[in-house]
Amino acid sequence: MTDNELIWRIAGGSGDGIDSTSQNFAKALMWSGLNVFTHRHYPSRIRGGHTYVEVRAKDEPVQSRGDGYNFLLALGDSFARNPQEEAYYGKEELKPLYENFDDLREGGVLLYDEGLLDDEDVDEIGLEEAAEENDWHVVPMDLRGIAKEHGREIMRNTAGIGATAAILDISTDEFEKLIKQNMSGDMQEANLNVLHDAYEAASELDIDHDIEVPEGSHDEEQVILSGSNAISYGAIDEGCRFISGYPMTPWTDVFTIMSQHLPEFGGISEQVEDEIAAAALALGASHAGVKAMSGSSGGGFALMSEPLGLAEMTETPIVLVEAMRAGPSTGMPTKPEQADLEHVLYTSQGDSARVVFAPANIRECYTQTRSAFRIAYEYQIPAIVIYDQKIQGELRNLPASHFDEEPNADPGSVLTEAEIQDAAHHSSGKFQRFLHEPEDGSNVSPRSVPGQKDGRFLATGNEHNPSGHISEDPENRIAQMNRRLNKLDDIRADLDENTSHQTYHGPEDADHGILVWGSQQGTVFEAVDRLNENGHSVKALGVSDMAPYPKEEVSEWLESVDEALVVEMNATAQFRGLTQKELGKYGDKMSSLLKYNGNPFEPAEIVDGFESSIDGEELAASNMKYVPAAGD
Amino acid sequence: MSAFSAIGEEREIDRDEFTPGIEPQATWCPGCGDFGVLKALKQAMPEVGKNPDEVALFTGIGCSGKLNSYFNSYGFHTIHGRSLPVARAAKLANPNLEVIAAGGDGDGYGIGGNHTIHTARENHDMTYIVFNNEIFGLTKGQTSPTSPKGHKSKTQPHGSAKSPIRPLSQQLNAGATYIARTAAVNPNQAKEIIAEAIEHDGFAHIDFLTQCPTWNKDAKHYVPYTDVQQSDEFDFDVSDRAEAAEMMRKTEERLYEGEVLTGRMYVEDERPSYGQEKRAIGEMPEEPLAERYFDEDAEWERTYDNLLEHHK
Ligand SMILES: Cc1ncc(C[n+]2csc(CCOP(=O)(O)OP(=O)(O)O)c2C)c(N)n1
Ligand code: SF4
Repeated sequence: MTDNELIWRIAGGSGDGIDSTSQNFAKALMWSGLNVFTHRHYPSRIRGGHTYVEVRAKDEPVQSRGDGYNFLLALGDSFARNPQEEAYYGKEELKPLYENFDDLREGGVLLYDEGLLDDEDVDEIGLEEAAEENDWHVVPMDLRGIAKEHGREIMRNTAGIGATAAILDISTDEFEKLIKQNMSGDMQEANLNVLHDAYEAASELDIDHDIEVPEGSHDEEQVILSGSNAISYGAIDEGCRFISGYPMTPWTDVFTIMSQHLPEFGGISEQVEDEIAAAALALGASHAGVKAMSGSSGGGFALMSEPLGLAEMTETPIVLVEAMRAGPSTGMPTKPEQADLEHVLYTSQGDSARVVFAPANIRECYTQTRSAFRIAYEYQIPAIVIYDQKIQGELRNLPASHFDEEPNADPGSVLTEAEIQDAAHHSSGKFQRFLHEPEDGSNVSPRSVPGQKDGRFLATGNEHNPSGHISEDPENRIAQMNRRLNKLDDIRADLDENTSHQTYHGPEDADHGILVWGSQQGTVFEAVDRLNENGHSVKALGVSDMAPYPKEEVSEWLESVDEALVVEMNATAQFRGLTQKELGKYGDKMSSLLKYNGNPFEPAEIVDGFESSIDGEELAASNMKYVPAAGD
Repeated sequence: MSAFSAIGEEREIDRDEFTPGIEPQATWCPGCGDFGVLKALKQAMPEVGKNPDEVALFTGIGCSGKLNSYFNSYGFHTIHGRSLPVARAAKLANPNLEVIAAGGDGDGYGIGGNHTIHTARENHDMTYIVFNNEIFGLTKGQTSPTSPKGHKSKTQPHGSAKSPIRPLSQQLNAGATYIARTAAVNPNQAKEIIAEAIEHDGFAHIDFLTQCPTWNKDAKHYVPYTDVQQSDEFDFDVSDRAEAAEMMRKTEERLYEGEVLTGRMYVEDERPSYGQEKRAIGEMPEEPLAERYFDEDAEWERTYDNLLEHHK
């Protein structure tokens, strides 16, 4: 197959520098004008264990990791050990080579470092046969040898990049620039020598493959970053200056980025004793007048359930991030899944009012985190940004101008002292913090902040009267409950008017639809394009507002198609369930394509899933589940 | 008008300012020790010169948690065991606030035990009052972490097999820099200790013995008590860790033998508070963070100018 794209996979032991090498590779390709997207796979181990990263590069924006890959750089796992021979299969150090056979496309290139491997062992894994069968171009090179000649063994990564460049016929200019930018002195010189030597050595080989690296050129300055970067930057730009957390994969990423940068921005970061404390601190900071955030993943978020309810009841704004990984319980710490949706929507007791956004990509991570803060502080309600391990780890380029937005430090519906003087007070002198009917006709009673003169009130998780005192009076209860819940309608109207978070893709008049949320959106959009090229009539809707749910938008769209396939990474069709619950119908129109094996969808799988669903055929792939529409 | 003009206001403070007018009606039982804490706290406020608008009181859940229904300041009645983490952050957000936290022995030594240890360890500049009535009051008389060994209750009908927690020793080990025990029956000492605790720069832990006549009828009303500072029997240096530890050991042992020892148990003035430590290493701004949101001249940097370079 001739490809007008490069999907380059670098594999090795974790700890071998796979991550940083792939990041540099992606950045160099971006500098050369291409659009890039990385996909990271790693095991739940600290050092050792097989890991890989893919970099996909095209001349048009890249939406997903794509299907398989066409160039492998296998470095050999230098951290491999065989503590219990029987507990493992095969030779650990060979794994980066043979474990990657499955997805390498026909006609692909397989460059491996023979420096660490015995020829006999390589014979045993059946490389030759597999290569013949798939028409692979196998290139063994002593990358370690080249690295050692000029410097140290770890520079084999640089040697691998040099050889890759020669084999793919791409210039080394951008790689040189990166080395010069990141290193100095002897290190810089040694790496440049390794790069060149490997390039020379590989140029002399005669490899006749069909991979064509496209040429691209950006018309705007680009940046390359991850979803976690974008969430953190969105928070900072929206005036967040307080973060509290406790580490848990993959939430740790946002927590780390925020902790590293907040002090530079005059903010405060707190690593605390557990997640209950983490959420409670965010509440305390917010109560005292600061824009605050916390977050976690599955189990840690479970601990935040009670403080989350307290935020609702006391109408204290906070933003929580939930970074999903596969569950239940500690599940699969380094694998993505979209199975915490119901957890974030319904956790905590009582009739709850909260806002939940599920950004679909890095661009939306930034904008929707900003929305979450704006809504939380204007409407005095907790807002949750839910994303998954996939967006957390992938890097993607987008125009720098996307971040060229004004900061917003407005603490929302907090009064100034002058305004407090004019506001309603109880005869006891207490500020009427929780008025049943706020003066502006909205459902938001303005707040005061401790230390402001005459703003005294009591915030309590018990039901309370307008001045904040505990009250079980039935009429007061109804008035307060309605006001809190009615905010969701106001927020829906606000979002509809100011910020649509939903994304439409494909021909408007298509017969079939695919409904998707979160990180699988880009992959679905790519599949939709292929399906239309294959002669189907399909469009897609990516939904990002989980609560309040965009009922009108989704209903209209569902009305416009004959049937819809709902694609999500979980086993129980949580988003389809939510849609049905919110809309009260369409159960007979929606079927589900589900995947929950720890890996995100690939576009080809969605194409297969869609085709077999409309043909009424069984899925070819066993790694997915199809659930028909009700009544089918 | 400044954004937080209640803070640092210099004037005569009357303790009645801390009574929240006509509402609400007290729901504590007659004879409850919690009234003693309320009274001592109100009396301490004029001494330390704090007005109601600059005080932020954080409570947990329990009878004790209702303290801020009867105390007129900024209040946050949080959830069971969690007053401390909420309070801590408020202090970091605005170090000029006078932050006080309060809760029961179940609240602070049981469900919130982890937070109690860590708040002491970090030495946040705040005061924490634990209403120690050796029982769960609000949920109707179950055994608490300070109930004596062998204590019978509906949930431990055979008598508790657990030894009680030793909060003073625990907090000394955790890192609290002011530790005292007082009792509701001893209003003058209680007022003085609360005032001192508020003025202390660091984490002040007060184990406040409060009787629960409704559910803990067997328990002493903590009389007669001995003030260790007034008694000739106990001569120890409150700033000496080892002597304080020994005094606390005695205090905690004798309570269950029927002798109530109260007073200052440990006072350490040298150790900087957590906020000071954080500022010293550049992890906290010099000016109170909360003020920036009300300062029209504040400059809000953005990531585009500061962080994006690295991603280009
Ligand atoms: C998470 C949670 N668990 C249990 C309760 C029920 N509860 C309320 S108060 C309380 C115990 C109160 O005892 P203590 O802290 O000693 O305070 P007291 O009522 O004696 O002042 C319990 C168990 C709760 N509110 N929240
Ligand atoms: S139950 Fe006990 S602690 Fe609670 S109010 Fe009554 S006497 Fe006080």
